[in-house]
Amino acid sequence: MSAGPESGAARPSRRELLRGAVLAGLCPPALSACVGNPGPAPRAPASGATSAANPLGLVEDGPLEVWIFDGGLGDGYARTIHEPLVASRFPRLGIRHNATKEIAKTLQPRFAGGDPPEVVDNSGAGAMEFGALVQDGQLTDLTPLYDAPSWDDPAVTVRETVDPVAIELGSYDGRPYVMNYTNTVWGIWYSRSLFEAEGWQVPRTWARFLELCESIKRSGGIAPFTYAGRHPQYIYEAILTLAAKIGGRQVLRDIDNLEEGAWRAEPVRQAAAAFAEIGAKYLLQGTAGLDHVQTQTAQNRGRVAMLPCGSWLENEQRGSAPEGFGYAMFPLPDFGPSDAMPYGTLHAQPGEEYIVPAGSANPRAGLEYLRAMLSRQAAGRFTEAVSTLTVVKGASEGRVLGQGLRSASAALVAAGENVVSFLFRKWYSELHDEVAAVSGQLMNGGLTVEQWVDRAQRKADMLRADPSVRKFTR
Amino acid sequence: MDHGRRRFVAGFLAVPIVLYATYVIVPSAQAFLVALTDWRGVNATPRFVGTDNFRRLLDDDAFLRAAGHNLLLLVLLPPLTIALALLFACLLTGGGGARRGAVRGAGFYRVVFFFPQVPAVVLVAVLFQQVFRPDRSGMLNAPLVAMGFEPIGFLSETGVALWAVLCVLVWQAVGFYVVLFSAGIASIPRELFEAAALDGAEGARLFLGITLPLLRDTVQAGWVYLGIAALDVFAVVWVMTAEHGGPDHSTTVMAAEVYRNAFQYFRFGYACAMGVVLFLFTVGFAVFALRLSRRERIELG
Repeated sequence: MSAGPESGAARPSRRELLRGAVLAGLCPPALSACVGNPGPAPRAPASGATSAANPLGLVEDGPLEVWIFDGGLGDGYARTIHEPLVASRFPRLGIRHNATKEIAKTLQPRFAGGDPPEVVDNSGAGAMEFGALVQDGQLTDLTPLYDAPSWDDPAVTVRETVDPVAIELGSYDGRPYVMNYTNTVWGIWYSRSLFEAEGWQVPRTWARFLELCESIKRSGGIAPFTYAGRHPQYIYEAILTLAAKIGGRQVLRDIDNLEEGAWRAEPVRQAAAAFAEIGAKYLLQGTAGLDHVQTQTAQNRGRVAMLPCGSWLENEQRGSAPEGFGYAMFPLPDFGPSDAMPYGTLHAQPGEEYIVPAGSANPRAGLEYLRAMLSRQAAGRFTEAVSTLTVVKGASEGRVLGQGLRSASAALVAAGENVVSFLFRKWYSELHDEVAAVSGQLMNGGLTVEQWVDRAQRKADMLRADPSVRKFTR
Repeated sequence: MDHGRRRFVAGFLAVPIVLYATYVIVPSAQAFLVALTDWRGVNATPRFVGTDNFRRLLDDDAFLRAAGHNLLLLVLLPPLTIALALLFACLLTGGGGARRGAVRGAGFYRVVFFFPQVPAVVLVAVLFQQVFRPDRSGMLNAPLVAMGFEPIGFLSETGVALWAVLCVLVWQAVGFYVVLFSAGIASIPRELFEAAALDGAEGARLFLGITLPLLRDTVQAGWVYLGIAALDVFAVVWVMTAEHGGPDHSTTVMAAEVYRNAFQYFRFGYACAMGVVLFLFTVGFAVFALRLSRRERIELG
């Protein structure tokens, strides 16, 4: 440091300046925390007068900034279906459309800065953690939306038009904060035309499934099974669904609730062992190093017969699947005679999660946007446009559906009440990452079933013991 | 110094100092403070937890592995890159030797060696995903598969993936040092080589006796720079490997764990604690390296 004649006098003030700067830097989180603390409605929400035409009381000439996750569904549906629909009733709204593949990276600073947009499709691998958002009072309570008259018929509330499971899944401690829009069905996907040409039958029991794998393997030229090796959550989805089929819904509920020993339950072990065997014997060469696009394309090119995926698959592979590929899916086969749940049990889960940030400038317009999305017309056109079912009851009736979607939709109808789901992926992303990592290793012989169980259980125990992680139960 | 001039200088310095304080010093100081809280990043009132985060780091397998990988890279990346770069630089310049000239087309090769430096790191990572792809579409595996061998899971086998990452890092770094060392060799006075050559020194002898000692400063600077790069590895790992540092944490590095905990788990307090550790590593290495390199300069003249 230079010590000029005047620096003696300058020193204290300089130090004060630095200290002031450090304190000022600390202020934003502290200040915004003060704003955000009082609970779900941090600011006095900007709203206008309510009326029959404007039941939610949005500010009609306010902004409506929409952020869509640009993933398997793209973002075109919002631009061509939902936004014009809202604009048709509220032409003075300043609708601004945005799309990103990285929701958290793009929008997290906006939340921290107290200037979030009105509607966010918080989906995809780069989504913001809902637990943290709810914990911090960042989300608008959607109860007014569900209690509002529906877009199509003022005599019916929005709540009555929506699959109740979807509302429940979007609720945190009994309050709906997240609107799940799509309904996704998981299963094992295959090419109907290939199966017909080869004379392969959809297996109804695990033994038959193994026989089918064996005969496909022996036929040469085509591998029996694959999954998105670089994203092993695709395979743990199947493992956990099988575990629920063997042991019942409680198996998944215990896992979600971080119950002690949930991962050590016998059905979980059995399911893991069953898929470890598939991994050891029947995987497409190089599966562990391929991602979802590469494995799905391999299936389109007839190099592999089956893969586990959700009902977005057909839409995602549009343009890649050859003409006449004939996407279809089947539910996981019966594992044994003592299965707790019957044949046809499915993992189905409402998804594509929309939120209305509480700190946005015009949150009521956000709610109105969701109300428009839940109209029969918007939902039906959405299903047609992106081959994805919605949570709006009966909205796909009379719509033209692709073969794969018809197959998934039929499986969902056949499953009836026997639908299972799990939520820890959303609640505890650390557990999700760990289970994905160990499942990848399990499938490729890097871990035994016991080690797989131990690792998953250890992570669950760690989260349970961590007071800084908010716990959820179902 | 008269008063007016002092004010003039201060006026010029004020803006950069304010900018530096606002955008570098304050956020860094903030990170140290946030590391002592359990802040979840979005908005919550940060709760002060003392050194809990640091204690937790010691039990965090993923972070310990990440630190181990960084140290391994710190040990391997600089010598490998520098050795290769010196070799290429010598070939391109003829080692500065008077008798043998450079390889034919040296200028062309220099440009080619520099190529990997040009594309964005993310692009390099995506490119190498394709190179390492474990089926017959992978550049490295295609010949293996064609010959009937099992493909190698460069990025999918836990024992191999980190080495694949190291190769990419070396590949990307080496071109810059080839150019740097070539320039260094070119600046060594020719008479020294000629004198050595008259004494009968050739090839390796010439390189060890003349070229290397006179390049010492350049090599040292490169070493420090590569060491810091090895501690800061992020983009290649994050983009190229499965599970962002996988499979199963086999390639993860400290910066990746910081990012994961901050932006995926929203544990900003904990991530800041990791950042502090990473900072200490980097500063420690820099101090260590500068200590080692204190040495009187060789006077040419």
